Amino acid sequence: MGEKMLMKGNEAIGEAAIKAGCRFFFGYPITPQNELPEYMSRRLPEVGGVFLQAESEVAAINMVYGASCAGGRVMTSSSSPGISLKQEGISYLAGSELPAVIVNIVRGGPGLGGIQPAQSDYFQATRGGGHGDYRTLVYAPSTIQEMVDLVMMAFDKADAYRNPVLVLGDGILGQMMEPVEFPDEPPPEPLAKPWATTGAEGRPPNIISSIILDPELLDKHNWHLMEKYEQIRKKETRWEIYDPYEAEIFLVAYGTMARVARAAIEAAHSRGIDCGLVRPITLWPFPERAFDELADRARAYLSVEMSTGQMVDDVKIAAAGRAPVYFYGRAGGVVPSPAEIVKKIELIFEEIKGGSKRA
Amino acid sequence: MTYQVIMAGFGGQGVMLMGTLLAYAGMLEGKFVSWIPSYGPEMRGGTANCMVVVSDVEVASPVVTEPNCVIVMNRPSLDKFERVLLPDGLLIINSSLISKEAERSDIRVLRVPCNDEAMAVGSAKVANMVALGAYLAATGAVSFESVEKSLKKALPERRHDLIPMNMEALRRGASYVNR
Amino acid sequence: MRKIFERPKSLAEAAQHYCPGCTHGIVHRLVAEAVDELGLAGRTIGVSPVGCSVFAYNYFNLDFVQAAHGRAPAVATGLKRVLPDRVVFTYQGDGDLASIGAAEIVHAAARGEKITVVFVNNAIYGMTGGQMAPTTLVGQKTTTSPYGRQQEVAGYPIRVAEMLSTMEGAAYIARVAVISPQSVARARKAMLKAFTAQLEGKGFSLVEVLSTCPTNWGMTPVEALKWVETAMMPVFPLGVFRDWEVGEA
Repeated sequence: MGEKMLMKGNEAIGEAAIKAGCRFFFGYPITPQNELPEYMSRRLPEVGGVFLQAESEVAAINMVYGASCAGGRVMTSSSSPGISLKQEGISYLAGSELPAVIVNIVRGGPGLGGIQPAQSDYFQATRGGGHGDYRTLVYAPSTIQEMVDLVMMAFDKADAYRNPVLVLGDGILGQMMEPVEFPDEPPPEPLAKPWATTGAEGRPPNIISSIILDPELLDKHNWHLMEKYEQIRKKETRWEIYDPYEAEIFLVAYGTMARVARAAIEAAHSRGIDCGLVRPITLWPFPERAFDELADRARAYLSVEMSTGQMVDDVKIAAAGRAPVYFYGRAGGVVPSPAEIVKKIELIFEEIKGGSKRA
Repeated sequence: MTYQVIMAGFGGQGVMLMGTLLAYAGMLEGKFVSWIPSYGPEMRGGTANCMVVVSDVEVASPVVTEPNCVIVMNRPSLDKFERVLLPDGLLIINSSLISKEAERSDIRVLRVPCNDEAMAVGSAKVANMVALGAYLAATGAVSFESVEKSLKKALPERRHDLIPMNMEALRRGASYVNR
Repeated sequence: MRKIFERPKSLAEAAQHYCPGCTHGIVHRLVAEAVDELGLAGRTIGVSPVGCSVFAYNYFNLDFVQAAHGRAPAVATGLKRVLPDRVVFTYQGDGDLASIGAAEIVHAAARGEKITVVFVNNAIYGMTGGQMAPTTLVGQKTTTSPYGRQQEVAGYPIRVAEMLSTMEGAAYIARVAVISPQSVARARKAMLKAFTAQLEGKGFSLVEVLSTCPTNWGMTPVEALKWVETAMMPVFPLGVFRDWEVGEA
């Protein structure tokens, strides 16, 4: 690993992308992710790449589509309202099976909403987001270092599965600085892309399209996509279980919220209640297996989110009735404090009783 | 030990840089650090603040809701952040620009005339360093040497001639502790 | 025996789905001829729109990408920025280019994006069944302007060639028709010139082709050709509106 640097999340994403061989970036300004396109506009020309500020998020994602068709390693970024505009293009990328990395530095909504950190785009990110029956691999880093590692991996996974990959951050992860290290070794040689439209010299023409008017064929295409998503589910699901106290109550949180949850776990411990944390690293696929592992022990789950309750649905599916699922969240850019979460933990502890408070 | 500090002031008072230097110095000392700025329209001429954590253990939440120190460089920041300080926490007030006294009695208050001291060493721009010096002398969060190394990283080469003035400002701030 | 007529190599040997009397077939051929004549077949990528020509990729022996409605210029931009030594063209109708894709086409031209745009203007939405287009003439009846386009309700047709010719990034902008042997010959020249502009790196190029839609206009093919001349050409005059070789026309 190289020298440790103190770096802003948005800029670290940019450098990670370049280290991963990304040479094309198409973006449009929106707070709180502007440092990322700004960084790319400075750095990409230095490495022989192209930065282009598009006329809209809609145009940006379609430029990504074109660049991906051409076989380029390409990325775009935005924040919630802009990501809504990109959904058409993301659906087309999924339908045409094209790789791309899309970063969403989430802010509070709906509508224009605010500019402070939020996790209210969980549904949009994990249910496809645009029209049609598709999924995108969704990474949810919780530190700047993890953001770097996952962004670098995102490009390889996008190529391997020929599918868009989302990286979900929030205003805090985008704006904060933390120490970060980049690997010294050059990125692995990207996969060959014989399907790319690069001019048909010496071979039959390549066609990239998502239009399939015959229902039988479109049905087949959808099931083909679903098989691919099943592979992703099997091989790419990631999570972390933090369980220093062999707890019976587990918080479930991702990204920034997972960090606050850890602070809350320490605070609860000092008040005699032991909790653990399930931290999904991929939001889709959701780490249902983590809940199977904990099934014998967990007596309650508490989903903590910077939203009015979105991931909690997946927690309920994963808990599958084996333990009650509670929720605590704040929206609009308010980050729940450890103290608020501890209060909720105490209520849950009262409710499930039977579990004895540590002496 | 975990140091959690909120630094606040007008845009242009070097509040962000003060926090960055603290985080950088902590990193150079092998500690776990995080730094988050306030962002958005409030940055355009209004008050700006940053939250810094320097710790011996992994930083759980980078969001500082219970700071053990607050540094306020202007009056609106005092009004906003005095109340969030933990009991027994340290409040550093830039007394050059803030005549108002702290309202709470369960905290430690250090009044430092940051702008006056900064002018005395040559530039109002190093008022932030005066405040940082007071903070470091009071808490020992990181060493002055680490801050000096951080300045070399944070300032472009052509501005390195300003480092001695910055270090002098740091020492002047420190002189307000325990006297 | 001297061969005087053959299928351009870049034009696929496939039956086209277009209606009888539709001029898409002629425009396809003109594109293929230009690509062949300039020897570009192995390094050309086409971008098809949403509209009647959505399946254009079936009719060319070229690499092809199908784009979302109106976004072909953005998709072409992505292709060209990754592959600057290839030739990239979009093939778009009036609804695609001048309505939903108005932003993309204007900005591609403004950036001087080195792509070629083939713009087929038949003053109506064909594929969706004859609705009003941004180029529908005042008074023209369509399924969404059953009383004729009324300017107080629906405004006026957009003159794309004239509008884009104000862009400094545009190297070549022309409007042609394909209603007679003479007009087709002129269209052929314009197509060649547009691709040449791209090859020489001069900037954005566009050929607007006044075309027919007998089915949705409710006319015979012959009436439709006549209507282009008598009704469309007064509103959309033919000509070269920008040419890098002679300056702004």
